[in-house]
Amino acid sequence: MSSGDTAWILMSTALVMLMTPGLALFYAGMVRKKNVLSTMMMSFAILGVIGVLWVLYGYTLSFGPDKGGIIGGLDWIGLRNVGQDPSSTYATTVPHLAFMMYQGMFAIITVALMTGAVVERIKFSSLLIFSVLWFTLIYCPVAHWVWGSGGWLAKLGALDFAGGTVVHITAGVSAMALALVLGPRKGFTEKHPMEPANIPMVALGAALLWFGWFGFNAGSALTSGGLAANAFVATNTAACTAAITWMSLGWIHRRPSLLGVATGAVVGLVAITPAAGFVNPLAAIPIGMVAAAISFYVMMWRSRQKVDESLDVWACHGMGGTWGALATGVFASVAVNSAGAAGLIYGSGILLAKQAAAVGVVWVVAFAGTWVLAKAVNAVVGLRVKQEEEVVGLDISQHGERAYGGL
Amino acid sequence: MKKVEAIIREEKLEPVRVALEGIGVYGMTVAEVSGRGREKGIPLQWRSGEYRVEFLPKVKIEVVVLDEDLSRTLNAIVSKARTGERGDGKIFVMPVEHAIRIRTGDRDDNAV
Repeated sequence: MSSGDTAWILMSTALVMLMTPGLALFYAGMVRKKNVLSTMMMSFAILGVIGVLWVLYGYTLSFGPDKGGIIGGLDWIGLRNVGQDPSSTYATTVPHLAFMMYQGMFAIITVALMTGAVVERIKFSSLLIFSVLWFTLIYCPVAHWVWGSGGWLAKLGALDFAGGTVVHITAGVSAMALALVLGPRKGFTEKHPMEPANIPMVALGAALLWFGWFGFNAGSALTSGGLAANAFVATNTAACTAAITWMSLGWIHRRPSLLGVATGAVVGLVAITPAAGFVNPLAAIPIGMVAAAISFYVMMWRSRQKVDESLDVWACHGMGGTWGALATGVFASVAVNSAGAAGLIYGSGILLAKQAAAVGVVWVVAFAGTWVLAKAVNAVVGLRVKQEEEVVGLDISQHGERAYGGL
Repeated sequence: MKKVEAIIREEKLEPVRVALEGIGVYGMTVAEVSGRGREKGIPLQWRSGEYRVEFLPKVKIEVVVLDEDLSRTLNAIVSKARTGERGDGKIFVMPVEHAIRIRTGDRDDNAV
């Protein structure tokens, strides 16, 4: 057991926890003011629900002793055999409980990320039901495939340092499927103006995400040492590069906006996530730059398709995560991390092929699985609020609250 | 008595207030409002691309004056609020039946 590693993982766990409220602010600032609370509520409620389910059964399904490469066994259900001593399999220098909770924060934010696709019209109760099903049937298996000891994508040799595939591709691609089943907001197709309620709140949310992301990526080293430092530097560099790239693209098209810089930073953080502990920190510059360009133009394309994936979870996390996973196959270096592999620029295309295979599998599973779950929830309890409830806003109709009070 | 409702550019509030004070018109009610006229809406920056805002922020000044002060009041507002571009705003004038100062109970011309 290492006290340095333990301190760092506990700290990183807290950092990643803060990202979900950060996400709540980031998303809520972009919706209309009648839906600010409901948008924040989605992230906070998921923080509660998934936080409990994780210790009860999520952790053992994701990380428990392997069953055929597909799912974790139930040996660690309800934290049975997960205690103060290190695990013999994962993060062997920190208490098993610390590793378990650290991973739990990833599960929470992954579910919360999807909510950006469905703001301003989804029924709160249905969102909760969908979230529990999605977490159980999609997140836990995919996390096991990629990160679980014996998971089939891990055995294939696909690399995902901190969750480009597990977190961002699953959330981003699922967000698109869920939005397609749910349908657009009233007035979206008619191009009614939908003005963001509070852009300073978006910026504050982005700042908290950026701050928390050091725990997300540098914490994924699972040790407090050189590899964590490598991931830390790569993470910050990617965020900075993507922020200024997005700012420049906005400027070319018209004006450099704060909303654009905040979005760019998040997209850069997404893209460096799978790569942070496998690539040289300077590789973060091309990774961040390309990520911002891809997401910027995909977002523009998406809005022209009349698809109301409202806050572009797919364009930011789906596409950013996909680029990051592939870029890991390009830039990975065994000199940075001997547990990794050599990428394309070091002469081997094998890793890139494995990355592409993992990306493809997770895209298909996330999209198809979410589509089926969303259709099922819609058929049984209905996904959408009534039209009058949507018009009056979800803050009042779903939660009986308003964000901004009287005189 | 006449009520003057002037919808002007936000940044013209202070010059107009000073000008009105200069001709002895102190009391007024001011509200931040949204509206549109010939300039219509404007595009603002979304994350990538733009969205349109159809109503722009303006300031509405309401002031009640004696009939003999009306034309000076209007001149003061127009001269200070005008830029010559679309979006300078509009002024509406309407008759006032009664005015009452709540503190004293003074009525009509004495209350303005």
